[in-house]
Amino acid sequence: MNRSTMVLGGAAALIAAAPFLIPDFYVNLLNYVGMATLVALGLVLLTGVAGVVSFGQQAFVGMAAYTTAVLTTSTQLSPWLGLLASLALVATAAVLLGVVTLRLSGHYLSIGTIAWGIAIYYLFGTLPGLGQYYGIDNIPPIRIGDFSFDTPLTLYLLIWSATLAALAAARNLLDSRPGRAIRALRFRSAMAESFGIDAGALKLVVFLYAALLAGVAGWLHAHFLRFVSPHAFGINAGIDYLFMAVIGGAAQVWGAVVGASIVTLLREWLKDWLPKLFEHTGNYETIVFGVLMTLLLFRTRDGLTPYLTRWFPPTPQPVPPLATPVLPRRERPPVGTVLLEAQGLHKAFGGLVAVKDMGLQLRAGEILGLIGPNGAGKTTMFNLISGTLASDSGLVRLRGERIDGQGARAIARLGLVRSFQHVHLVSQMSVLDNVALGAHLRGRHGTLAAMLRADRRDEAQLMAEAARQIERVGLGDSMHKASGSLALGQQRIVEIARALAADPLVLLLDEPAAGLRWNEKQALAELLSNLRAEGLAVLIVEHDMEFVMGLVDRLVVMDFGEKLAEGLPLEMQAHPAVIEAYLGGVA
Amino acid sequence: MNTDIALWMVQDGVVTGAIYGLMALALVLVFAVTRVIFVPQGEFVSMAGLTLGTLQLGQTPGTVYLLVGGGLLVAAVEMVQAARLGLLRQRLPRLILAWIILPVAMAMLVVWLAPHKLGSWVEMALTLGLIVPVGPMLYRIAYRPLANASVLVLFIVSMAVHYALTGIELAMFGGEGLRTNAISDWVLGSGSMKIGAQSIWVVSASVACMVVLWFFFERSLYGKALRATAINRVGARLVGISTDLAGRTAFLLAAAIGALSGLLMSPITTVYFDSGLMIGLKGFVGAILGGMVSYPLAVLGAVGVGLLESFSSFWASAYKETIVFTLLIPVLLWRSLTARHLVAEDEEE
Repeated sequence: MNRSTMVLGGAAALIAAAPFLIPDFYVNLLNYVGMATLVALGLVLLTGVAGVVSFGQQAFVGMAAYTTAVLTTSTQLSPWLGLLASLALVATAAVLLGVVTLRLSGHYLSIGTIAWGIAIYYLFGTLPGLGQYYGIDNIPPIRIGDFSFDTPLTLYLLIWSATLAALAAARNLLDSRPGRAIRALRFRSAMAESFGIDAGALKLVVFLYAALLAGVAGWLHAHFLRFVSPHAFGINAGIDYLFMAVIGGAAQVWGAVVGASIVTLLREWLKDWLPKLFEHTGNYETIVFGVLMTLLLFRTRDGLTPYLTRWFPPTPQPVPPLATPVLPRRERPPVGTVLLEAQGLHKAFGGLVAVKDMGLQLRAGEILGLIGPNGAGKTTMFNLISGTLASDSGLVRLRGERIDGQGARAIARLGLVRSFQHVHLVSQMSVLDNVALGAHLRGRHGTLAAMLRADRRDEAQLMAEAARQIERVGLGDSMHKASGSLALGQQRIVEIARALAADPLVLLLDEPAAGLRWNEKQALAELLSNLRAEGLAVLIVEHDMEFVMGLVDRLVVMDFGEKLAEGLPLEMQAHPAVIEAYLGGVA
Repeated sequence: MNTDIALWMVQDGVVTGAIYGLMALALVLVFAVTRVIFVPQGEFVSMAGLTLGTLQLGQTPGTVYLLVGGGLLVAAVEMVQAARLGLLRQRLPRLILAWIILPVAMAMLVVWLAPHKLGSWVEMALTLGLIVPVGPMLYRIAYRPLANASVLVLFIVSMAVHYALTGIELAMFGGEGLRTNAISDWVLGSGSMKIGAQSIWVVSASVACMVVLWFFFERSLYGKALRATAINRVGARLVGISTDLAGRTAFLLAAAIGALSGLLMSPITTVYFDSGLMIGLKGFVGAILGGMVSYPLAVLGAVGVGLLESFSSFWASAYKETIVFTLLIPVLLWRSLTARHLVAEDEEE
C-alpha cells in the first residue's frame, strides 16, 4: 500500500463519514459538489491533460437529464433504463460533435462547443415535449428493489459512489499506456504521432469519456432534484464547469474535487451576502468569479491543487522488475539486407529547392552518416524519409514497401523510428513514462481496460521494457526524475531510449550528440556500435565530425539540396568537392 | 410568404447582419493582432446601448464609475510596474494624466451634461467618450499580463472577462432593458419598399468601418505594423514595433466598433445588460464563416447570419437561436474537411 493509496483511502473514509456528521442542508450541498465533480473531472482530462477546451459540457448534462426525465415520467420506465438511454444519446452526440470539431485547431472546437451549448439550451426551452421554460417535474427517484434514493443521505451515497468510481477510473487511466499517450497530446502531438499514437482518436475517446461523465451527472441531477428546467443548462453553467477544472488544476484528477468544491461552496456563500451590496438582485457572483479566474491565470496555469498536494510528497514510482517476461520483438532481417531506400526525392518550399533528386540506401547492421554544411537540406531529407514532410516527387521504401505518402503513424508501425533535433519530451512526465511512450505500439490494452486495471500484466511488461532501455543508455539513476529536469544532452539520450523502446529496425537520429560532453559522446558512440552489431540500421545527421568519422560505415554528403558525394569516411575526408563545400573554394 | 414579407425580411436580415458584421470585423481584428478570442466584444454593444438609453432619460449612466474605476486600476498597475523598473518619476505625470485626470474629466462632463438632455448627437458622443477608453483599459488589466499565453488560456480569460463585465453591467444598469430614440424617423420609399433611416445608418456605418479598416491596414504604416505583430510577435518586436501598443490599438478599435454598433442598434431592439454575449457570438459565427482572417468574408458571413436569423424567425421563430447556432456545426465540418493544417499546434510548456 503506497502513500497515494493511503491518502485516497483516507479521503474516501472522510467522504463516507461526512453525511452522518453534518446537517441535511450541507449534505445536499455536498451532493451538488459531487455532481459538479463528475463534470469537472471530464474537463480536467479534456482540458488539463489533453489540451482541448470545452464550454459545452452543460449541454451533455442537460441532454441526459431531459432524456431520463422524459422516459421516466411519460413512459414510467425505470430510471436505470433512463440512464442507459441518456448515456447512449450523449455518446452519439459527443462522437458526432467530436468528429466534426476535434480535427480543427483548439479554439474552433471551443467555439463549436459554445455554439452547440447555446443551440441545445434554446431547444430545451422551446420543444413542447420538454415542458418548454417550465421544465418537467414529478421525476421518480432512483430505486433498487424497494429501496429508493430519495433522502439527502441516500442520494449522497449514490452520488459519491459514482464520483469516486469515476475518479478512480480516471486515475487508473492516466497511469497506463493510453493515459501516457493522452498526457502527451497537449504539448507533443507531433511526437506522439511518430510513435504510432493516433492523436485524433485519443482526443475523441477523452471527449467521449468527459461527455459520459457529464451524462451521469445529468441523470443524477434529474433524479436528485426530481425536476429539470432549462435554466440549469445555460452557457453560464458551461463556463462554471470549465472554471472548476481550471481552478482545481489540470494536472491531476483531484483538481476536479478541489475545483468543484471551491466553486460550488463559494457561490453559495456569495449568493448569501453579495445582494446586500447592490440595489438590484442578480448573479453578482459572476463578477467575483471572473476576477478570481483572471487573477489565478496570471499566477499559474496549474490551478490550486498543486498548492494543496505540496504537503503530500509524491510516492516514488516503483522500479519495474526487470525479470518481467520480455515483450516480443520484431523479426530481424539478416545483416546486409537493404532496409531503407530513397530514390529521386525532391522538395521545394516555394522557389527554394531544399532537396533535389536525392537518393540513399541503408542496410541492416549499418550506420550511415548524412552530413553537409548548414542549410544543405539534411533535416528536410530526414523529414521526407520519416514522413513528417510530404515530398514533391520521388519514393521511399522500407523493407521493399512504399512508405512515402503514408502518415507518420503507419511508418512507425513498420519499424522506422526517429529522434527530433529539438527535444520532444513531455517535460512534466518522468523519464520512465516518456520512454514507455516509445513502446506504445507494443502494448495492446485500451482505455477501458486501463480504467478497470485489466492491463496490469501488459503494463508491467511495457514498464520493464522502458526501464531496460533507460538502463541501457546509462540513465538508470534518472528514471523517476521529470524529464524536463535533465540536462539537454541527457534529454537527447532519453529520446534515443524512447526510440529503442519502439523496437525499431531503422533508427533515424537528428544530431544526437549535440550538447553532450566528451565522455557522454563516447558512451553514445559505443551504444550505437552495439545497436549496429545487433543488426539495427541507423541513419544519423550530425555536425560533430570527430564523432561521425569514428562511428559511421558510410557517409552521404549533401550540399545545396543535392548529393555531393557518397563513400567511406576516409574517402570523403579526401574528396575535393567535399573539402570545397566545407572549407569553401580552397584552390 | 409573399414578396412584400420577403423584402421586409431581407431588409431586416441585412440590418441585423450589418451589426453582426461590425462584431465580426472587431473580432477578426482583435484575434489577428493579439490572438485573443474576444468573447466580450458584444459587451461594448450592450454597454453603449444602455448608456445612451440612460442619457436620453436625463440620468447619469453607471458607465462613469466603470471608466473612473478602470482608469484608477490601470494607473495602479502601471505605477507598480514603473516603480519596479525604477521609472516611476519619469512616467508618473503621463500616467496620472492619461488614466486618472482624463477619465475623471470625461466622467464629470457626463455628470454635468446628463440632466440637460442635449439631443441625440451630443449623447452619442458622450457615450463613445465613456465606452471607447474601456477597450485599452481592459487590454491592460486582463490581457497584457498574459500576452504570451496560448490561444486557449486567452480564450478562458475572455470568458472570465465576459463573466465579470456582465455582472458589472447588471450592477450599473439593472435588469431592465432600454430602447433608445432613433436618430431620425424619416422613411425612404413607400408602400412595401419602406426603408427606415436607421437601417440606412446601420448599413452605411458598417460599410464605412470596413473601408476605413481596409485603408488602415493596407495603406498606413501603422496598420501594416499591426499586421506584422499578428504574423510574428517576436519578429515585430525585433524591428521595433511595440506589441503592447498594437494590442492597445486593437482593443481601442474593437471598443469603438462595439460602441458604435450599440448606438446604431439600440433604436432597433431593446438592449439588456446580458444582450452582449449573443450579439458577439453571432458575430463570431459570421467571422468563422469567413475563416477568421478575411474582413470582407467575415462581414459577408455575418450578413448571412442576419438573413438566416430573419428568415428563421418567420418560419420557426421559437427555434431561431437553435438554427443560427447549429449552423456553425456544418460550417466547422466544412472547414475541417478543407483546412490544411489539421494537427493542432502544440502548446508551449
